[in-house]
Amino acid sequence: MSEQTRSAAAELPRSAVAVPERTDENGLPRPNFLRDGGGTLWSWLTTLDHKRIGILYMIMVMLFFFVGGLFALLVRLELFAPGEQFFGPDTYNRLFTLHGAVMIFLFIIPSIPAILGNFVLPLQIGAKDVAFPRLNLASWYIYMIGAIFALYSLVTNAADTGWTFYTPYSSSGSDTAVISITLGAFILGFSSIFTGLNFIVTVHKMRAPGMTWFKLPLMVWALYATAIIQVLATPVLGITLLLLVLERAFGVGIFDPAMGGDPVLFQHFFWFYSHPAVYIMILPGMGIISELITTFSHRNIFGYKFIAFSSLAIALVSFLVWGHHMFTSGQSEFAVMLFSFLTFMVAIPSAIKVFNWTTTLYKGSISFSVPMLYALSFLFMFTIGGLTGLFLGALSVDVHVHDTYFVVAHFHYVMVGGTVMAFIGGLHYWWPKMFGRMYNRTSAVAAWALVFVGFNMTFFAQFILGTQGMPRRYWTYPEQFQSLHGFSSSGSLVMGLGFLIMGVTLLAGALRGRVVGSNPWGSLTLEWTHATSPPEPHNYPNTPVVENGPYDFDKLVPRVDAPGEPGPEPEPAPAK
Amino acid sequence: MADAEAAEHPKYLQHHFSDAAQQRESSKLGMWIFLVTEVLFFGGLFTGYAIYHSWYPEIFHAASRVLDWRLGMVNTFILITSSLTFALAIRMLQVDRVKAAVWNLAATFALAGGFMVIKYIEYSHKFHVGQLPGKFYSYGGIDVANPHVFFSFYFMMTGLHGLHVLVGMGVILWLLIRTARGRFGASYHNPVEVAGLYWHLVDLVWIFLFPLLYLIA
Ligand code: HEM
Ligand SMILES: [Cu+2]
Repeated sequence: MSEQTRSAAAELPRSAVAVPERTDENGLPRPNFLRDGGGTLWSWLTTLDHKRIGILYMIMVMLFFFVGGLFALLVRLELFAPGEQFFGPDTYNRLFTLHGAVMIFLFIIPSIPAILGNFVLPLQIGAKDVAFPRLNLASWYIYMIGAIFALYSLVTNAADTGWTFYTPYSSSGSDTAVISITLGAFILGFSSIFTGLNFIVTVHKMRAPGMTWFKLPLMVWALYATAIIQVLATPVLGITLLLLVLERAFGVGIFDPAMGGDPVLFQHFFWFYSHPAVYIMILPGMGIISELITTFSHRNIFGYKFIAFSSLAIALVSFLVWGHHMFTSGQSEFAVMLFSFLTFMVAIPSAIKVFNWTTTLYKGSISFSVPMLYALSFLFMFTIGGLTGLFLGALSVDVHVHDTYFVVAHFHYVMVGGTVMAFIGGLHYWWPKMFGRMYNRTSAVAAWALVFVGFNMTFFAQFILGTQGMPRRYWTYPEQFQSLHGFSSSGSLVMGLGFLIMGVTLLAGALRGRVVGSNPWGSLTLEWTHATSPPEPHNYPNTPVVENGPYDFDKLVPRVDAPGEPGPEPEPAPAK
Repeated sequence: MADAEAAEHPKYLQHHFSDAAQQRESSKLGMWIFLVTEVLFFGGLFTGYAIYHSWYPEIFHAASRVLDWRLGMVNTFILITSSLTFALAIRMLQVDRVKAAVWNLAATFALAGGFMVIKYIEYSHKFHVGQLPGKFYSYGGIDVANPHVFFSFYFMMTGLHGLHVLVGMGVILWLLIRTARGRFGASYHNPVEVAGLYWHLVDLVWIFLFPLLYLIA
């Protein structure tokens, strides 16, 4: 925007957005879903309230984040120095497999959609609930059953195949508990499908009056695109894992060359799901980033439609690139070239988003609130992760660095530097909405700093290791890699400490943080402008009627807090 | 006013929907999406079938010959008829002829049961002579290498389909009981309608399975 249009915008009449107050006309406190939905454990386990189901998911998913994190620290401890430190190769193989499987299937895939998506999607479109509340609760129980299968594998003989379960090792080579963990992932898939199905119908059918498609917050667009992938890709993983179970249990021979089968077929099936699955992980994160960047720049998002449609573009193109995981597995030269080309295409919509976010920052009045710190680190680290994805998509580079630490670093930059940063940023953003209380800013910032520094120490070193030829999934290494591996392992401890402090900060904030009003950040989406913190059991006393776009910061001044309530975080008001 | 509200909020309307139309459209869309996931689920098997068929046409042709196409044909007719009776049940509910709907649902259930009986006859014969998947294969009458490949697909595809028939039978039985108890009528029969969609898909999958397994010889 030029200076002139800026000042013109400033002169537009700006209506203040009314924020619902904590008490009703009679001075009685409004109901809230935490207290008034029932206080017993039973009331939580049978709840149909999407907000409570989101919190149920949060408890389990964060638990598995912790478990997966412990495995990761054990892996890094073993790699602190060459030779056997704590575990031999067999234990090491189990550790990295469990780390990967837990983090992918139990943590990162359900993280944003099932926790934050469940909580905010109906609120953001002005609905009372998702379209199928019972299916929503069922998906949580299915998640629990899948988790039990995975835990069963963990406490019996674990698994050592890697999270990718490649045949023929998984079907006939490994003597570990592969079947139960595979069945676990199979079952978890249904939980994810049901969440996706629910979201698609909810977005189509449950929007409040006036909430047209282009007034949807970008988080909703992102969750919608994610849901499409969940629905279209996950069944293929389901059938693939089922085939693997049948192969291992009954020797059907589909993946066994000795019986006329083909092990590489498994890789095709697996990546047909798992490449789109990486977008199940990142797309909702991108949705969160759109919310955070615009809210904390106090500026309308740049290129709303580009961001919305690029989510859909990513969802569609992501089905056409699975072969880039198999450049060295023996495909035809033509297939390899095609997949390489398409991989470059899929980076375009991601880049569009990054440019739009950056442009939104330009001349915004940025406040460095905790969620924004995570959003900015996302921009930085996701860009590194995405660009190195392009290196990997280039054939001539990939044949050298495939299955090295370069790949490990790439996907951690996108998954942790991208998805996890967005997820944690989102948690910090919606936390006061969920609990009506604010966490301590100082310790939240300290946690962020530790995570940021620790993460980059851990994984930047791995790019260098990879280019020097360090292969992934090895329990030891030659002397020459010691300093980089040692550096990486130290970083992982710093990051682990950061996550620990973050967890404690959030928990303490939810329990006894400062009480805040309905809209402490001055956001403009419905959950902030029309619902109390915490929201009522049925979200809105009256179904909101939507007139403005979700980010009309130049038309509206959010009234930051309701009168008579404790003030917000001492933040610069949207100075314009 | 209060009366109007009661009329707008009948018992079957869940609280989070604003009206019955929204509820009906939501459940239909939900079922369509579920059917898409089913198509993709079976799609994995169909893709595997296509790949292996193109690699080993001789196995598939030789092994397909030992299936009894007449049984498959009968089953095809049975399922198509059951789709018809299900559709009739919905029609009868739309015109509020609940009794007729109950009879049609009962016929659907019986036909599905007949399908499973014939499948049982086929399966037990195969178990008997050893026409089994993978490493359990012990039949001697097919003269090509690796004939078990065909039977791996045969059992996985018909097995998964049979499982869907069984689930469908459970759902039909439940709908039958509820219809008989007068829960559904002209104003509300969403569950019957969406279960019908599911049942047509189960039928459709079989219509593909039948020629691919029985008629390629
Ligand atoms: C800009 C877009 C991206 C491109 C071009 C890209 C490209 C690639 C390529 C070519 C590989 C295969 C490397 C090899 O095995 O030799 C790969 C691996 C991987 N990528 Fe990406 N990627 C992108 C974004 C993402 C995102 C957003 C995620 C997850 C949030 C992700 C997660 C992964 C994972 C988990 C692997 C390794 C899987 C394994 O072998 O265990 N990528 N990526
Ligand atoms: Cu990929």
